[in-house]
Formats: sequence, structure tokens, C-alpha cells
Amino acid sequence: MERTDKIYGLAALFDSPDKIIHATESVVKEGYKSFDVHTPYPVHGMDNAMKLKPSTLGYITLVFGLSGAAFILLFMYWTMSVNYPMIIGGKPYFALPAFIPVTFEVTVLLATLSTVIGMIAFYFKFPVNAYPLNETNYMKAVSNDKYGVFIKSDDPKFDESKIRVFLTSLGGTNLELVYDLKKVTYDPFSPRFISVLVGVIIVVSGGTYVSLNKAMYLPPFNWMEYQFRGNPQSSSDFFSDGRVNRMPVKGSVARGFIPYEFTGVTLPENPLPNPLPVDEKVLQLGKRKYLTFCSPCHGDYGDGDSRMRGQFPNPPSLHTEKLKTWADGLIYHVIVNGQNVMPSYAHQTTAEERWAMVHYVRALQLAKNASEGDIDRFNKEFSANGK
Amino acid sequence: MPLIEGRLTLAQIEEIIAKPLDTKPNKKYFIALSITLSLLLIGATALLISFYYGVGLWGNNQPVGWAFPIVNFVFWVGIGHAGTLISAILFLLRQKWRTAIARFAEAMTIFAVICAAIFPIIHTGRFWLAGYLMPYPNQHNLWVNFTSPLLWDVFAVSTYFTVSLVFWYVGLIPDFAVLRDRTSSKIKKVFYTVFSLGWRNSHRNWQHYEKAYTLLAGFATPLVLSVHTIVSFDFAVSIMPGWHTTIFPPYFVAGAIFSGFAMVVTVLIFVRKIFDMEQLITLDHLDKMNRIILATGMMVGYAYGMEFFMAWYSGVQFEQFVFINRAFGPYAWAYWIMVTCNVVFPQLFWFRKFRRSIPVMLVVVIFVNVGMWFERFVITVTSLHRDYLPSSWGYYTPTLYDFGILIGSFGLFFTLVLLFVKTLPSVSISEIKAVADGAQPTHHGSH
Repeated sequence: MERTDKIYGLAALFDSPDKIIHATESVVKEGYKSFDVHTPYPVHGMDNAMKLKPSTLGYITLVFGLSGAAFILLFMYWTMSVNYPMIIGGKPYFALPAFIPVTFEVTVLLATLSTVIGMIAFYFKFPVNAYPLNETNYMKAVSNDKYGVFIKSDDPKFDESKIRVFLTSLGGTNLELVYDLKKVTYDPFSPRFISVLVGVIIVVSGGTYVSLNKAMYLPPFNWMEYQFRGNPQSSSDFFSDGRVNRMPVKGSVARGFIPYEFTGVTLPENPLPNPLPVDEKVLQLGKRKYLTFCSPCHGDYGDGDSRMRGQFPNPPSLHTEKLKTWADGLIYHVIVNGQNVMPSYAHQTTAEERWAMVHYVRALQLAKNASEGDIDRFNKEFSANGK
Repeated sequence: MPLIEGRLTLAQIEEIIAKPLDTKPNKKYFIALSITLSLLLIGATALLISFYYGVGLWGNNQPVGWAFPIVNFVFWVGIGHAGTLISAILFLLRQKWRTAIARFAEAMTIFAVICAAIFPIIHTGRFWLAGYLMPYPNQHNLWVNFTSPLLWDVFAVSTYFTVSLVFWYVGLIPDFAVLRDRTSSKIKKVFYTVFSLGWRNSHRNWQHYEKAYTLLAGFATPLVLSVHTIVSFDFAVSIMPGWHTTIFPPYFVAGAIFSGFAMVVTVLIFVRKIFDMEQLITLDHLDKMNRIILATGMMVGYAYGMEFFMAWYSGVQFEQFVFINRAFGPYAWAYWIMVTCNVVFPQLFWFRKFRRSIPVMLVVVIFVNVGMWFERFVITVTSLHRDYLPSSWGYYTPTLYDFGILIGSFGLFFTLVLLFVKTLPSVSISEIKAVADGAQPTHHGSH
């Protein structure tokens, strides 16, 4: 480190903790403000001798610790209750007791890191090695087994010869005059620095991209994709029929489906009764399904007047005498099995939907053939039911 | 009690501590290093083969899905508890004898947590996806499950590792400055200068430094207790008989301190001998640590007894069966190894003569290490191998690869310890100077 001929300050060594405490007290009493004490370890009582105010570092810890707790609680609330709410283990979305461990850990983590980083960066203004006392015999001695007082030249009372006499009278030895360091400045826009910076950016971002987006999908990291398994619809050497897909065991019933007992029968003798009640919900469902599956041929109101009319054979009307007298179960049967050119709707609709469609067909039949008295009758029935 | 034997000057203390760093290592050091590196190589090979063919090479399978990986994880995390306990809790309790062993124990904490963290990550089978353990924004809006004890573990262990590392480094800053000012080698000087951050030994810095150290100790104390508590939640929050008990957190923490101190004593016995630090790490230090081993060993023994009592007192048939099965079932051998090593042998430490005898304590602490490994084995395997459904009972046998990886973790741990004692001061120079005779002003008394 190159030095100028400007004096930075004067240092003196002491060889016992008692002497350094006494010397420090005397320096403070003499009125020196810009001074420092260097010891190989913290000496008890030095805070008082130097008249230092208590350290305010604890406030950093407090503020960051509390923000850590608040942040992680909000974060867990947002992820678990807002962004992707999911019930896990029967706990509520905001399961406070289950959030306590993570809250505690993050609080400790942020409090600790902020304390240390705050101390180093804001209280010490580290890391910096350009300090005039570094590399002096004085610094070597105080980091080993001596105690030192250093008075800086910017102190208003700084007078080299007077301080020499003063420190010697306190028992100071090895007085050392320290000269200031030559200022070294770095140009942040120098081509060399910028090219290094660009190089670092390219390497870091490129490396991250390649490792996360490319390398992770190369062997051996993608071996999980190549397993002994059968993909749907592919061939198999293992099964005798050469297919991967297996048929369900005979007699299997899919969840939620009840087998229809008259499958394959032209018209059952004793058709099933309609299990659904007639209410608004059922009729709405029946209407929706009717308009989806039935209306393309039978027409929106069951008149058989759809765009299929004129093509052979015409779709029949649902308002014939035959259909009006048919039992519900027979209409249901035709929806399940189909009839003539009408295909089966067993796979497009569920049993409940089919029964609802039957109700809706009945409602259409009633609406098309209503007599004048029917409206009065309905009003009476509905008011009797309290609707 | 004198903290340092003989009247050493501050310069002599520094000389002793810095000696392994200034001198070239001798033959014994390289022999030790080659042994630990061989162990590490065995582990690395076992791991590599495991990843080539898949983790099905290991012994864990239904019904014992959690075996060696979790046993080794809990074992190493437990070892890691002594360091922070010594550096933080004993610091707050103003136990000055901790200064000679704190740095070393902190280093051991960090190495033990590294060893521990390997196991859950390799247990997933695809260790390169470990990043998914942390919550990060992604296009699926997929987050980690914050209500799961396994996720708490991720936060607890990573926080513990970070805080231990920071605590350790903060302690090292003034020592780096000491080494910077004494070394004559140019390369070492650059290294020490960078890591000392330009430390100036100024009391204006020492004041904040001491404050920060107290704050860190204040945070590390509940942290050390929380980590093994959360590790015990991995078990206690489940509904397995033998795991689902409220005694687990204190029982695990006591066991962790027990095993951690045993490991610290094991390693210190060798280090103080090899590096001539008998005057700094004295028999008094070992004596005190042995007392803590005795105390925590008794707590662990109490927990063993209380578990049996609670199983009987609960009246739950499954709970009672698990404990009878532990002591007299197919894994009775493991249970009785555990009880002998953890409860019987430490009783020798009631006698001052044994507490201060190096050969006796070496035998006892090694038994404690073995016993504490078996404790985790017993807890994990005996509960899993016979649970509620007798039709799914089984017997777990580890494979060679399980043992290979366990051996490798010991190799990694001791390799790191050996590298540490050669490259960094294994006793805190500035702290031990501060407690030497005549290091503090006389009118402030001898507190």
C-alpha cells in the first residue's frame, strides 16, 4: 500500500489492560474526540472509558425479525388460502398452528442475517482493506498481545509533539506516526471492467438457462421417462392378445353406474318406473339434455320438425297418441337402446339425465295438448303445495 | 477453575493455536486423511451405483419405507446440536469454559448438518431436483405444503445450517485478522485478508461485535431447540404407534445434545493430543462435557422408561404391543444395544476418576455414539415393521449399499474435520485471549 506524506495520526502501544483503560480515560479527559482504541479482544470496561453510546444494532434485529414473521405468515396465507387453496389433512386453509414452525424459522433466519449484514455493512462499513493502520507494526502488535491508542490527525486538538509527550507519560511505548494512504480510484466505466461484467452476466445467465432448461432433460436425469411400462393403445409382448389395454373383469360395474336390466330387449313388458320427482331442477336438467341430444332430430318442441325432416325416414313426432300413452320406462328404454335408425344414448347420458329427459318430454306433451281447464288446475295444485 | 493450564502469555496462546496452520502437516495427518478419504470414496461409490440402478438397491421397502436414510439423517442432525448448544446456550449462561471448545464444536455442527442434509435428498431418488423443496413461483401455481412436518424440516435444517454458518463465520472474523497480521506467506495473506473483511481490532467495532454475538446467541438458543423438535414432529405428527407421542420433542432434543457432546468429546480427545492443545483444551473441559453427557443420558433413559409407562397407561392395545415388541420382538437386539450404550455406560461418569480418564471416556463416548445411532434405528424400524395390520408385517434388513452410504457419511464428516483443523484456527484466538489470566482489567474484578 502506497502512502502519502500526509500524517494520518499517531499511535502508541500499552502492555496491560489496566494501562489501556487508564490511558483511554485520560485521552477522553484531555478532550480528544477523533481517537480509537485497538485491542486483541474486547476489554471489559472499555465502553465506559471511551464514553461510547450503547450499540443500536438490536433495532435492526427487531425490525427485520418482525418483518420476517409478517412476510412468511402472509406468504403462507396467500399460497395456501388464496393462490391455490387446498384442504390438506382436514386442516383449514389458514392453519395457524401448522404455520408456527416455519414462521419461527424464517423469523430467526431474517433476524440473524440482517444483524450480521447490518453490522458488517452499515456499522463497520466493511469489507474494506484500505485503512492506513493496516500493515503497520502497530496493527501487528494489537492483533497479537498489545493494546493501543490511536489519535487521528483530524482531531482539532491534534499536535504531534504534545501528543507524543502525553502518551509517553501514560506509559505508552513504540510510538508510531502513521501516514495516510494514497487514494486509489477505480473507473466503473473502464472497458476492462465492463467486459468482465458482461462476461460474468453471460456466464451466469447462460449457465442457469442451460442447467435448468436443457441439462435437466438430458440422460441420466430423464431416465424416469424410459420405464418398463405400457402406454395406452400400444402393443404388448406379455399378454396373449398382444394388447396393452385390458378389459375389465366380467361383471365389473363402473362407479356410479347401475346396469340396465333390459339391454337388448325390443320393448320390455314391465318397464321401470321413473324414480325422479318432478321439480324445477329436474325439468331444467331434462330440458338441457333434451336440447342437446333429442332436439337435433325431434325438434325443439318434439314435433319432429327439425332440419332432418325431408330426409328418409322422417324423425317421428313425440306428440303421437302412441307416445302419450307409453309408460315412462318405455321412453327411457328407447333412449338407452335406440330404435330403428335412432342410436343408443347410453354412453352420452347418465341414468339420472335420461329420466329427467323423460319428464321433460312429458312436459312438452302436456304443453302441446293443454286444454283451457289445465291452467286453472295447475294454479290450484301449485297453490295447494304452497309454491 | 483455571481456563488455561500453565501461565501462558497471549502470544504463546496464539502460537499454540496457529501452529497447525503455520507448519506443514506430518505423516500421521496424511494417514488419517487417507483413511477418511477412503471411507468417503466407499460412500461415493455406493451412492453412484444407487443412482445408476435406482434406490431399490437399498433395504427399505414396504412396510419399512423409512429406514437408513432417515435414521442417518436424525443421527447426524443430532450430532450437530452440540455445537450451537456450546456456542450459544453456554455463552448466554456465561460458562467461560466453552471458549476453548466452542469453535471446534461449531465447525462440527456445520459438517454434521451437511452429512445430515444428504440423506433426505438422496432418499427422494432424484437429488438434482432438491430445489423443488423450496417454494418458488411457477406457472402451475404449485406451492409446497406448509402444513407438513417434512416441509418444516426443510426450513428448520436449512435455517439451522445458515445460522450456524453465520455464527461460526462471525466468530472467525477477528481470528482471520490475527492470522493476516502474523502470516508470512503471500497466498495465505490474501486469503486471510479477504475473509477478515478488513477487521481493525478497534474497540468501536468490538462494541457492536459483542452486541451482535449476544443477539446471535439469543436466536441460536431457541433455534437449536426448535430444530430437533421439528425433526421429532416428522414422527410425532404421524399416527404410527410408538411415534405419536408428545414426549418426542424433549426426548429428541435431550438425545441430540447427548450424542452431540459424545461426538465432540470423541474428536477433541484426538485433536488436543495431535495438535498439542492440552493446555487449552484441558481435562477440566472434558470433565464438564462428560457431566453434560451424564445428565442428558439420564434424560434419555427417563424417556425410555416413560415411553413404556405411557404405553401401559394409555390403554391403547397397539401402543402397548409396539413397546413389548421393541424390547422382546425381532429387533430386541437393537433395543438392548441402545439401552446398554445410552443408559448403562454413561453411569461411569458419576465417578470423577472416570470422567477425567481419557481411555475410559473414549470408550464411553464411542458407545454413546453407537447407542444413539441405534436409538434412531429402533424408533424408526420397530414402529414401522409391525404396525396395525398384521398381514403387512415384515422384517427390514439393510443392504451393503445402505452401509456403504453410512460409512461414506462418516468419511465426509471426518475429512471435513481434518481439513478444518489444518486450515482454520480450531480454538477461537480472540475469545480465549479474553479469558486468559490477566487479560481483563483488575479493577473490574474476576467475573
